[in-house]
Amino acid sequence: MFCSGNYRRFSTQGLLLLALLGLMIIMSFSSPYFMKWDNLRNILDQSTLNILVGVGMTMVICAGGIDLSVGAVAALAGAVMGLAMHAGYSAYLAIAAGLMVAVLSGLVNGGLTAYLRITPFIVTLASLSIIRGLTLIITGAIPISSFPSTFTGLGSGSLGIFPAPVVLTALVAAAGAVLLNLTPSGYYFQAMGGNEEALRRSGISVPRYKILVYVLSACCAGLAGLVLTARLNCADPTAGYMLEMDAIATAVLGGTSMRGGQGSMAGTVIAGLLLAVLRNGLTINSIASYYQQVLVGVIILAAVVISELRSKRVEEAAL
Amino acid sequence: MKTNGQAAVLNLFNISKSFGNIQALDRVSLEVFSGQVLALVGDNGAGKSTLIKILSGVYAADAGEISIRGQVFKHLTPARAMQSGITTVYQDLSLVNGRDAVSNVFLGKEHRKAGYFVDRRRMERETRHLLDRLHINIPSLKVPVGSLSGGQRQALAVARAIHQGGKIIVLDEPTAAMGIKESQQVMALISNLREQGYAVVLVSHHLPQVFALADRLCIMRHGSLVADLPTGSTNLEEVVALMTGIKAGLPTEVRKVAGN
Repeated sequence: MFCSGNYRRFSTQGLLLLALLGLMIIMSFSSPYFMKWDNLRNILDQSTLNILVGVGMTMVICAGGIDLSVGAVAALAGAVMGLAMHAGYSAYLAIAAGLMVAVLSGLVNGGLTAYLRITPFIVTLASLSIIRGLTLIITGAIPISSFPSTFTGLGSGSLGIFPAPVVLTALVAAAGAVLLNLTPSGYYFQAMGGNEEALRRSGISVPRYKILVYVLSACCAGLAGLVLTARLNCADPTAGYMLEMDAIATAVLGGTSMRGGQGSMAGTVIAGLLLAVLRNGLTINSIASYYQQVLVGVIILAAVVISELRSKRVEEAAL
Repeated sequence: MKTNGQAAVLNLFNISKSFGNIQALDRVSLEVFSGQVLALVGDNGAGKSTLIKILSGVYAADAGEISIRGQVFKHLTPARAMQSGITTVYQDLSLVNGRDAVSNVFLGKEHRKAGYFVDRRRMERETRHLLDRLHINIPSLKVPVGSLSGGQRQALAVARAIHQGGKIIVLDEPTAAMGIKESQQVMALISNLREQGYAVVLVSHHLPQVFALADRLCIMRHGSLVADLPTGSTNLEEVVALMTGIKAGLPTEVRKVAGN
């Protein structure tokens, strides 16, 4: 279900999976604690935010766009949920309100990109700033905390042996994979990123699908806001800072091309796990987080260089 | 010739179009028949591109009428042209290079199953049938079309035009920048389209190829149609003379084929 029909993409994901397994083996030798279930469970839990937002980002980048506003949308959605619960609404209504606000931000991002033809980088850079500002305004820049246990359970509770956010993320990633690979919308996202004019000439309404992809990305960001807020039992207006960068890195590391037209949910999930394993392994081996940042950067760069070389080879073959 | 007694599928009547002071087309009238390859030739700026853009609904003519199988249009839109069976394969082919043949042939017209899922198996089967029928040979339907050769990509673009319901296929410079072997594949495909009863409007600069393929040559110069000749009744020198204006065409020189 996660694999697309494209043989070349499959091998990119295959390589990534090998890298993940290799890294896990190295980490298990370097620390006796690494392979303990509690630690593995922790890694899964830590990977959820990146993967959740990465699923939406994969679709947006695949459709030839970019969404820089996801971190801010996550914070806004969390703040709206917190404020709604403090105003006396039930957890479910509060979640619905938070996700509605996320959808609204997605509609604005998509609408401006599709109808005013402003580049998505600029549109979402501006909305990042506006949304982050609005979040600070509605919360008075003060974190909101203590929520009912029905809400916090979604962040820190468990479903069977898995943390609730892991289950949620798995469901979202599976839905994203189905949407991207098996439905007309997914086909149009990929076609839009590859050759927008071709899609238009085939009689498809390009703006409609452009708006849809930004709404989906904002929904994923809203769910990330839910996880963040519920896990910490606190809606912090500065939450999700730089989350967009992690999401872009996860998608790109997973084999989604920044040129658009090519995206892989499987790759995004594996890349999210890989980054989480790397950070965890370095931490339990007591390597300072500064080195972790450098290493993560180097890995992303290497992945992009490899993927560019591969796509170049295909283009040359086409000439 | 297969035009005997057959009505034209497409009639252009006195089509004119100007851009500012420039008269791009001046009262062009043309008939297109099924099972026939009509070559539109002329030097750069003769009006070929403008004419095919009017045919495909991209431009609206200032004056004149277009009739498709008896239905008369003053202005075509791209959607109306496509519904009426005119599909244009542009020089850029409009393929999505990162996607495979099946996704490209069915782009925008995907079969669905169980509500909102793409029926990939059915699309694959139908693509294979379509390509077989047109004698198009693609090594794999599952590789990105960007990795196929120019001839194969052109063939896929034509297959998509037919899949989209095209009965009148307009090909804009289909063999530009192609090697000999690839051009031959595309030429074989065009004759094949003729045999299967499609009307083909071929815009090409490549005169030897046009002579090898076309049933009729429509020669344009300075926005006018200067001659409409059966390929067999003319020769390369005459066509070049008409294209360049060394030989002036009669107002519109038309040599009728016997029986038509």
